[in-house]
Amino acid sequence: MRTRQSAVKAAVEKHGKERKNLLPILQEVKRSKNYLSRSDISDVAAEMNLSSAYVYGVASFYHFLDLEERGQNIIWICKTISCYMKGSKDILLALEEALKIKVGETTSDGKFTLLQTNCIGWCHKGPAMLINDQPFTDLTTEKVLNIIEEYYQKS
Amino acid sequence: MAKRKLKRVDLIFSQDCSCKDILTAALKKSREEIIQELIDSGLKGRGGAGFPTGLKWKMAAAEKGNRKYVICNADEGEPGTFKDREILDRVALKVLGGMALCAYVIDAREGYIYLRYEYRFLIPKLEKMIETFHKWMDEFDLDFRVKLFIGGGAYVCGEETSLIESMEGKRGEPRNKPPYPTNQGYLGKPTVVNNVETLVYTMMIMRIGAEEFKAMGIEGSSGSKLFSVSGDTHKAGIYEIEMGMTLEDFVKEFGDGDTKAVQVGGASGFCVPRKRFKETTIGFQGGLKGFSLPTGGSMMIFNSSRSMYNVLHNYLEFFEEESCGQCTPCRVGCQQLLKGIEAIKRGEKSHRYLNDLMRLSETMKLTAKCGLGQSVANSFASIVENFREEMIY
Repeated sequence: MRTRQSAVKAAVEKHGKERKNLLPILQEVKRSKNYLSRSDISDVAAEMNLSSAYVYGVASFYHFLDLEERGQNIIWICKTISCYMKGSKDILLALEEALKIKVGETTSDGKFTLLQTNCIGWCHKGPAMLINDQPFTDLTTEKVLNIIEEYYQKS
Repeated sequence: MAKRKLKRVDLIFSQDCSCKDILTAALKKSREEIIQELIDSGLKGRGGAGFPTGLKWKMAAAEKGNRKYVICNADEGEPGTFKDREILDRVALKVLGGMALCAYVIDAREGYIYLRYEYRFLIPKLEKMIETFHKWMDEFDLDFRVKLFIGGGAYVCGEETSLIESMEGKRGEPRNKPPYPTNQGYLGKPTVVNNVETLVYTMMIMRIGAEEFKAMGIEGSSGSKLFSVSGDTHKAGIYEIEMGMTLEDFVKEFGDGDTKAVQVGGASGFCVPRKRFKETTIGFQGGLKGFSLPTGGSMMIFNSSRSMYNVLHNYLEFFEEESCGQCTPCRVGCQQLLKGIEAIKRGEKSHRYLNDLMRLSETMKLTAKCGLGQSVANSFASIVENFREEMIY
């Protein structure tokens, strides 16, 4: 298994050391475990000849470069008004109950993190959510529990 | 003059002509001819700001140097907008074709599609399309390559200079303008940043000609536009409609019979109450009398069961979260507007405090650095003015 540091090195080598490649590099480093640790930040900084503070400043700017430990699957529920009008709150409550966590938390088995996000571009089919990269639309409380069950079995 | 009837158009998603044929014909024209055709068509940017596309290309083409860039802005983040996702999903080759046209006109070798993180699921499909596209480029003997750049999830990066900042490995904070990207853009080089939909229209204008395009719409707002319709409607979805429709016609077609207000242009747009449906038209200010509203295409419909306080609260939470924090009017202003309406609602502040908040939003419009902070006042003022009691009780 590759160590964390060698994963950082590989990402920097793949994209190149110039600063313009910082976002793709951070995205790639993040992907292996769904978040960026402080040591990831300083390793990327060292490899790219940037300061850790600079890299942290950039990473913390973007919603999807998570800086806190996350579960295997991240659920992002859209909280924009159009999804809200279609009942996104019920979806959220159903998920909180099923996963026994609140928004922002991760299940104790580490399989799911539950988060909210701004408009994900499915307003005509709300309520909508993303699990990792995959969008799910026209959600009902029943449907969402089935989806979670599927992910639970897979992971 | 507003258009009398709502007229549906089928250009963007039409499949009746291959992109390759359009490109073959277009690339036989000179650069100047293409620019002139776009200027004659009156095409304005479909991301919402409405800068004339032909002029933008002309400015970038006039720049010296051999490194220039074409960027397709697919960082669609305005609440209530989902047309660019659909375009990239269904007709990505038209978008790429538009990028090739631009590359030919301004003499660029590299292009990027800046895809918002939320649309990552499109990556495999887009990569396949780009592969096909690159084969075409070889056949046309055009030295132009397109890459995908995936955003990190930041609304403000839809603003072209912060999009560029983020591509350069920085925080997505908007730059001062000028210099404009056509002069100094990505890596300091001349860059054209166009919205997904705009690029498709450049292709369609090459196909149908400037005259036919201009025959649609109204003076100052020619052609058609995609609208993302959501909210209290039985017909939520994406519709291509001629520019210049009145909101009255729109609501007749899409409303549920109980429409109380329409938010035109998403959180950064304007809320139009029922009494103004008749006199409000959709299009860039210029040839229109009364109220005319430009939009990236977000149309949210609210019926009388909705609380406009809730709507405004949702928008302000959105802005407060998405403000990049660089300039004080926006960073502090968004927080204070949100706190302010909450305090009034709780009864901790007098209703007269709304007037102070209105003045604050006006100040933000005048002093914020970019479109984000400047446009908070749009939804704030239009909701508070028209639904004042709902804010208070």
